Amino acid sequence: MRPGITGLEDEAITIIREVAACFERPVILFSGGKDSVVMLHVAVRAFAPAKLPFAIMHVDTGHNFPEVIEFRDRCLAGFGLDLTVASVQAAIDAGKVADAPSRNPLQTVALLEAIAENKFDAVLGGGRRDEERARAKERVFSHRDTFGQWDPKNQRPELWNIYNTSLRPGEHFRVFPISNWTELDVWSYIQMHNIELPSLYFAHRRPVFRRDGMLMAETEFLHAEAGEEVFEEQVRFRTVGDATCTAAVESSAVSIADVVAETSIARVTERGATRADDKISEAGMEDRKRQGYF
Amino acid sequence: MRQLRFATIGSVDDGKSTLIGRLLYDSKSIFEDQLEHVEAVSKRRGDEYVDLSLLTDGLRAEREQGITIDVAHRYFATPARSFVIMDCPGHVQYTRNMVTGASTADLAIILIDARHGVVEQTRRHSILTSLLGVPHLVVCVNKMDLVDYSEERFKEIREDFENFAARLNLHDVTFLPISALKGDNVVDRTPDLSWFEGPTLLHHLENVYTASDDNRIDVRFPVQYVIRPRTTEHHDYRGYAGTVAGGVLRVGDEIVVLPSGLTSTITGIDSADGPITEAVPGAAITILLADDLSVTRGDMICRPHNRPRVVQDHEAMLCWLDSNAQLQTNKLYTLKHTTRSTRAKVSEVRYVLDISELHRKEPTGPLAMNDIARVVIHTAEPLLRDDYDHNRVTGSFILVDESTGATAAAGMLLPPRE
Repeated sequence: MRPGITGLEDEAITIIREVAACFERPVILFSGGKDSVVMLHVAVRAFAPAKLPFAIMHVDTGHNFPEVIEFRDRCLAGFGLDLTVASVQAAIDAGKVADAPSRNPLQTVALLEAIAENKFDAVLGGGRRDEERARAKERVFSHRDTFGQWDPKNQRPELWNIYNTSLRPGEHFRVFPISNWTELDVWSYIQMHNIELPSLYFAHRRPVFRRDGMLMAETEFLHAEAGEEVFEEQVRFRTVGDATCTAAVESSAVSIADVVAETSIARVTERGATRADDKISEAGMEDRKRQGYF
Repeated sequence: MRQLRFATIGSVDDGKSTLIGRLLYDSKSIFEDQLEHVEAVSKRRGDEYVDLSLLTDGLRAEREQGITIDVAHRYFATPARSFVIMDCPGHVQYTRNMVTGASTADLAIILIDARHGVVEQTRRHSILTSLLGVPHLVVCVNKMDLVDYSEERFKEIREDFENFAARLNLHDVTFLPISALKGDNVVDRTPDLSWFEGPTLLHHLENVYTASDDNRIDVRFPVQYVIRPRTTEHHDYRGYAGTVAGGVLRVGDEIVVLPSGLTSTITGIDSADGPITEAVPGAAITILLADDLSVTRGDMICRPHNRPRVVQDHEAMLCWLDSNAQLQTNKLYTLKHTTRSTRAKVSEVRYVLDISELHRKEPTGPLAMNDIARVVIHTAEPLLRDDYDHNRVTGSFILVDESTGATAAAGMLLPPRE
């Protein structure tokens, strides 16, 4: 293994090329969030000068920050890549799921349906093991049954760098090329390659309110309730997801270098600081993942 | 400095979770929300102390039963180096998880309780470390506080271990006296162990030299994927993508492609950052050749006078992993070795290894989960293979059960029988 980020990128490229070699219909999940942006960059570099041999899909809750959607489209246009959108709003409109205050768990339905419809057999995601304790147990090539379910107690052992890609009809794999990267690694890579990100990742002033100890943005999708005071604060987002359950943090980091410096001394994990949905229960992520969530 | 991936092997009784907690806590790598979570859960369960194992036990079943079932990955960094801890359960029923964790480890940490010395579990963990070819081993003699920090006791245990380990294939063994609970010699030096002149555990982990662990002599490049842009700009581009498994490849090198035996010259090496002149083990690159040969996934590029063996009959140590099915001799499995997949059958089990004593036993029934055995394997196509001792990448393989897709077994290739 080569030193530093180069070694981590080598590993990610090896995984991504293995997907291209072993699967018929791979797709990359792309949200415009930093992890998916980094994964996409690595994937494009893995096949240069040839075109990326994967489809690109976004599971859109319909509650995304407009800056992120705008960035998503501009970023893909820059690479000359087409996007498939799996829409949670469409699933709600079709009566397949009931709308909920947080649409994050509803993504599972739209995702599994899009996987089945497009016959995707490998779905690449930017999940990292340092994010959350259920993710820490996830394989790089993570098998999903015909219901898209994850069975954490019955995972295939993963040895050396040999990946078991064996699949039966209707099953698929979730593949996590940047499993072994930390939040700081991701930011260091962004800095090294000067990669553009949605403006939300950098300090800006916006109206926010406090809920459960977190700073939530006042948006068209989420409003302060009685007793919650809206005020303006200089904030940035450490994760970028559904606006109803993604919190901001107070920050003065306006550049990539500032964020790298801030991340290297952070005392709270990114999900702990900013994901309301992970606070639901001790096994919130494990339960959602079992059902097919990313 | 290269990232260090190390496996911690042991069970709760050894103080392994306390050790990991201590490493993370004293190196300031535990985040506040993680610590708050662990404190809250410990309190709710009525534990007397904060149970740091909750940091690594990620699955509901593990937390409920208070045991580690699966390999957990923990990440931390100091200014000197970044680390991945692969935390492996230590009980005999989790041998397959230890094998899994050890397969990618640069270093293994084994814990010995200073009161009990070398016990059956110590021998088992050391044998697995040796078998999996983990390049570096750290033996932590833990709970030194319970033996009055006795230098004599430490030396006695070290001698015991060395006597037993002489039979094993361990190259770099470091002994450290520690108390994970009290924090002695894990991250900080303390007066109680002032007689010990070696490093603290963290200092050792930060400085252990791993760059020479790769095989840099024997050039091995398994072709993973062929890159053909099919655009007017790159009309003639035909690149062989893969990850260097051994040796150093340089532009201008003469090469041979196996199994065809056709020769050519490397005219270019492309990396993610553009053209480079040489590529070392682990580098994910694309190779360009002077001649238009037929090269596909599963082929291997190497030097004409330094080739792997190309054979269909193999001696191997096999660790059975599948909990739902036992080995059936002469049944067809899919064998995956580097980028090559072929069908294979195990024709004979020579002996089963008693991993507590290193004894050879006659097989009493089919191999089942956690069994480790020496076997004879026949493959439908030849493997381009080295002995595991020479190269962990080109010497390892897995067997996949074709009816279930399960990873049935992991194997390490041995030299042919004399």
